[in-house]
Amino acid sequence: MSREECKILSARFGRPDGHRLKVYEAEGGYQALRQVLGERQPDEVIEAVKESGLRGRGGAGFPTGVKWGFVPKDADQVYFFVNADESEPGTFKDRYLMDYDPHQMIEGTIISSYAVRANLAFIYIRGEFGWLIDRVQKAVDEAYAAGYLGKDILGRGYDLDMIVHKGAGAYICGEETGLINSVTGTKGQPSIKPPFPAVSGFLGKPTIVNNVETVAAVPWIMIHGAEAYRAHGTEKSAGTKLWSVSGPVKNQGVFEVPLGIPFADFYRDHLGGMRDGEEFKACIVGGSSVPVLTADEMMGCNLDYESLQEAGTMLGSGGMIMIPKSADMVELIKVLMHFYWDESCGQCTPCREGTGWLHRLIGKLLKGEGVPDDLDLLDKVCEGMGGLTICPLADAAVMPMQSFLQRFRAEFEARIHETATPGSPSRWARGE
Amino acid sequence: MDHPETATPLELSEQSRQRIADIIDRYPTGQSALMPCIWVIQEEIGWIPPAAIDHLVDTLGVTRARVHELLTFYTMFRTEKPAQYVLEVCQNISCHVLGAREIIAHLEKRLGIRIGEATPDGKFALHGVECLGACGHGPMLQLGKHFYEYLTPEKVDDLLENLRKDVVPRADTDRHLEEDA
Ligand SMILES: Cc1cc2nc3c(=O)[nH]c(=O)nc-3n(C[C@H](O)[C@H](O)[C@H](O)COP(=O)(O)O)c2cc1C
Ligand code: SF4
Repeated sequence: MSREECKILSARFGRPDGHRLKVYEAEGGYQALRQVLGERQPDEVIEAVKESGLRGRGGAGFPTGVKWGFVPKDADQVYFFVNADESEPGTFKDRYLMDYDPHQMIEGTIISSYAVRANLAFIYIRGEFGWLIDRVQKAVDEAYAAGYLGKDILGRGYDLDMIVHKGAGAYICGEETGLINSVTGTKGQPSIKPPFPAVSGFLGKPTIVNNVETVAAVPWIMIHGAEAYRAHGTEKSAGTKLWSVSGPVKNQGVFEVPLGIPFADFYRDHLGGMRDGEEFKACIVGGSSVPVLTADEMMGCNLDYESLQEAGTMLGSGGMIMIPKSADMVELIKVLMHFYWDESCGQCTPCREGTGWLHRLIGKLLKGEGVPDDLDLLDKVCEGMGGLTICPLADAAVMPMQSFLQRFRAEFEARIHETATPGSPSRWARGE
Repeated sequence: MDHPETATPLELSEQSRQRIADIIDRYPTGQSALMPCIWVIQEEIGWIPPAAIDHLVDTLGVTRARVHELLTFYTMFRTEKPAQYVLEVCQNISCHVLGAREIIAHLEKRLGIRIGEATPDGKFALHGVECLGACGHGPMLQLGKHFYEYLTPEKVDDLLENLRKDVVPRADTDRHLEEDA
């Protein structure tokens, strides 16, 4: 499989000038918008996106056109939010989309907003991406000046305002209701669903939240058609996906490939294998919130929603974390449990307390103070958290925790018998 | 209303005041304008002093509790004057497998402080933070609006040496400054 094969989203990645309006226009940019506003009704756009099979790239993989279809047709006011909070550990693809090609995202957002009849769109960018916020704001200003935003866009009678909103450091604002609440000027704590935002979201009005990568695919689909999009990928996982790859492989970075290719090919052709001296042990394939797989399991997987689910994990955000043999799985899960504990918004007891328990119990193991019952206790705490909370953050902590325990139990057991210094016994093993 | 917190009035540039007016104009409600207005003040002053809270309450018509709610929930908002250079090192999983721990140990040694502390002269602070969306570029740290990536001990030394002279070197995310010039 050649690297150049499919460039639906990443055609301008790595180019020094791809972010400029002139360059984007010269390469066909904003033609999709002209075509849509001139020729298609909003519902026709929704139908085309449904037919394309495009699914949300933010984590849940929900069919995009179907979600848009939930917006009541008689709504007097609709809002569109682009989720550029990108805080899922292992994920850095939206950053590339905004850095190298902000106009592609902006054009996609305008068409998507038109489809759901929104007149105000927010791009919610995590606050840590300071330089990117400036870049996207500049691109939005260019789009206004060129008549792609504002009143009566391209003289077709459609109005859209676009606001670049800067986050301020909270993972939970990536959850769609947390994101909406954050823009209303409160803590970004999630709300109970239903009602779903498509019916009642920002200021109680229908609101669609989509990931950057999702909207970025929309202009291409409008120009080339749903069938051309479906020609990539598998029947249920249509199109291409950006994979953010981190870890000691030869080539890290963001790669666009059709959904459904074998991981083994991707690993060989794109990642170039592990760096010299490192051995491939495990992979968290869809961002830190999905179950870890062993290297052997990964080598047998295809990279699409269904295959990964069958293998016991999830495609998630496509944040592929490559774990070498030299890494200590107990230390890694401590890092992750610290993260979920730190980022729990604190509304739900199982999440607030559970993440604290998990984090403290692993800390105990690492200090050489673990006892055999602790591993069962870890499992029990997980059982008391999953599926019981307002948002899926608690599950997001449980999935890596349980899968680490299940697949790398020997490393946890060794911690009960040994302290951090291998070979020296833990307090329990010393009989204390 | 009498504000007990107001010892000194807020000094804010005309430009920032204009930005705040524009935000109020564009956001649908006063409360929804709160977060971006906090940002305008912090971007100019570096933190949110008590007088800024009064200013926000008065201009946006939100409650004082609401302002405190945001200032305490969001980790990037600062209610105390920060060190001149706040170095925020990612400690999350990808950076961890790429050697963040060694980089942090090196920074601690060079600065003579532990993570979570500041140097007594107020020049540097060192923080451990969660994933910053630079996973394939780790180990990395954030300084202000920019990321320093693919860190090695040598690169850290170079950065610190420059900052000690108050030279902020080109960051890995600075590439567009040249392109846009
Ligand atoms: C804890 C948590 C964090 C999330 N963070 C993000 C994020 O950073 N970016 C994102 O696009 N979606 C994130 N999501 C998913 C969103 O809730 C939502 O499903 C998504 O933005 C919808 O867009 P899509 O259909 O285009 O994927 C997160 C979900 C949860 C539960
Ligand atoms: S599950 Fe956790 S993060 Fe989600 S709403 Fe409940 S407490 Fe907040």
